[in-house]
Amino acid sequence: MNAVGYAAIALQVGAVVVGAPLLTGLMRQTRARLEGRAGAGVVQPWRDTRKLLRKEPISPVGTGPAFRWAPLLLVATALVLAVLVPLVSTDTPVRGRADLIVVVALLALGTLALALAGLDTGTAFGGMGASREMTIAALVEPTILMAVFALSIPAGSTNLPVIVAGAADQPARLTSPAGLLAIAALAVAVLAESGRLPVDNPSTHLELTMVHEAMVLEYAGPDLALVEFGAQLRLAVLLGLLASLFAPWGIATSGSLVAVLLALLLVVLKVAVLGMALAAAEVFWAKLRLFRVPELLAGSFLLALLAVTASYFLGGE
Amino acid sequence: MSEGLFTQLLDLACGAFLLAAVVVLWRRELVAIVRLFALQGLALAAIALLLGLHEDRWDLIVVAAGIGALRAGLLPYLIRRALTALVADQEQGETRPYVRSEEVRETQPLVNVAASLLTAAALTLLAYAVARPLVELDPTPATRALPVGLAVVLIGFFVLVTRRRALAQVVGFLLLDNGITATAFLAASGVPLIVELGVSFDVLLAVLVLQLLTVRVREAFGTTYIDDLRELHD
Repeated sequence: MNAVGYAAIALQVGAVVVGAPLLTGLMRQTRARLEGRAGAGVVQPWRDTRKLLRKEPISPVGTGPAFRWAPLLLVATALVLAVLVPLVSTDTPVRGRADLIVVVALLALGTLALALAGLDTGTAFGGMGASREMTIAALVEPTILMAVFALSIPAGSTNLPVIVAGAADQPARLTSPAGLLAIAALAVAVLAESGRLPVDNPSTHLELTMVHEAMVLEYAGPDLALVEFGAQLRLAVLLGLLASLFAPWGIATSGSLVAVLLALLLVVLKVAVLGMALAAAEVFWAKLRLFRVPELLAGSFLLALLAVTASYFLGGE
Repeated sequence: MSEGLFTQLLDLACGAFLLAAVVVLWRRELVAIVRLFALQGLALAAIALLLGLHEDRWDLIVVAAGIGALRAGLLPYLIRRALTALVADQEQGETRPYVRSEEVRETQPLVNVAASLLTAAALTLLAYAVARPLVELDPTPATRALPVGLAVVLIGFFVLVTRRRALAQVVGFLLLDNGITATAFLAASGVPLIVELGVSFDVLLAVLVLQLLTVRVREAFGTTYIDDLRELHD
């Protein structure tokens, strides 16, 4: 039983590490195909990583520890998230520690590390990107917290595996107004947190619009590979979390190896479908003006807050 | 209809009802606002219909049909007609093309969109706090949803106060009325049929008068900005 739990964690982390760049590649490929381009192929992010890792490590003059440690911290927090978030099984040895607040704090730590790195370079773009990223993060973190709180009220716990297992048991929880509002709020928050359209354009290097890219402009070589890898891991984990929270069917709730393998297959499928749907939607979206982004995020925060209040007054204890 | 299914559907209808009011604050295009108002009318009709089916009261089902026809059909149609009249009027003798987009959008509300969304959140919490003693009197699924009605009343007031286009204010007034109707349904399973009829005709008449007034205001002042009407003209 315990061995299966550890196996589930190992499988989950392995799948996230191998799959995260592939997910990004898949999304780019989907987008390219829809735009009528041939695309670089699904494994292109892995090729990029390999190319970057072979280059000589180099850091700008005058940068301090914040710049050097940020990529490691980003990848480390993303890996811990990959261990904690229940993607494959809700019955793992770490389930007691997979608390909602820990997960959001780890996400925020990664964001903060990168923002500090952007400030540390002392360039105009780094500072601008960091300030924008913090503006967005200040609105996104409470939204994620509130949205998952709304789901945690029927479950009676902020522990993610308990929430997911409860939702897998009683799917009616998800079709209540609170569940639907929370889905919408969390989807917007995930888009903002992982730096996708319409909040940030992941493929732009235009000075006036970039957020994430502005912070990492000074990175090169292996450090850049780590930063990119960290961002891909976060996207994969966040999409996985979304899939587990709102489509928990098939997740392993018992300690049998067959169930775990089946759940792994299902979660890979769910995340791939989610990623392709997101990429397809992005083709039709334009990036929001930066000054309109707080409107969108305030809206999603409001949805999350309504979800919490609705689960109080409509749910009926 | 089983109790559980009734509660679930009623909750969904109330959620959609509240959500429509909130999204009205979010959008700027008047066309989208009117569409949302029509959706809200549908949700309100669904609430009345569910209550009628649950309590086996035919008059409520008839009222639901009437509400659906009036609030999801006739009123949005009237507002949309006023809107097209404004735009068409503009296009006739207008040399400045950008004015057109000015007239069909709520470009500059008194409170900006992000702040008004947060205010809506606060108003919802207020409604919840205010309605708690009422809900505790008789906690059924319908009365539990009472804060939704109150929240829509408050949001309607807020739209009425902060929007500056005449038509957006009309929608605010109608949101207010929707909220009052929903509160009546949820708290007391609706008012007597004759009162409901009276209120509906009142609202219809008010919208007709306001529509006329809007077009006249537009003809007299060249815009429907309420701010421009502060000073006396001769």
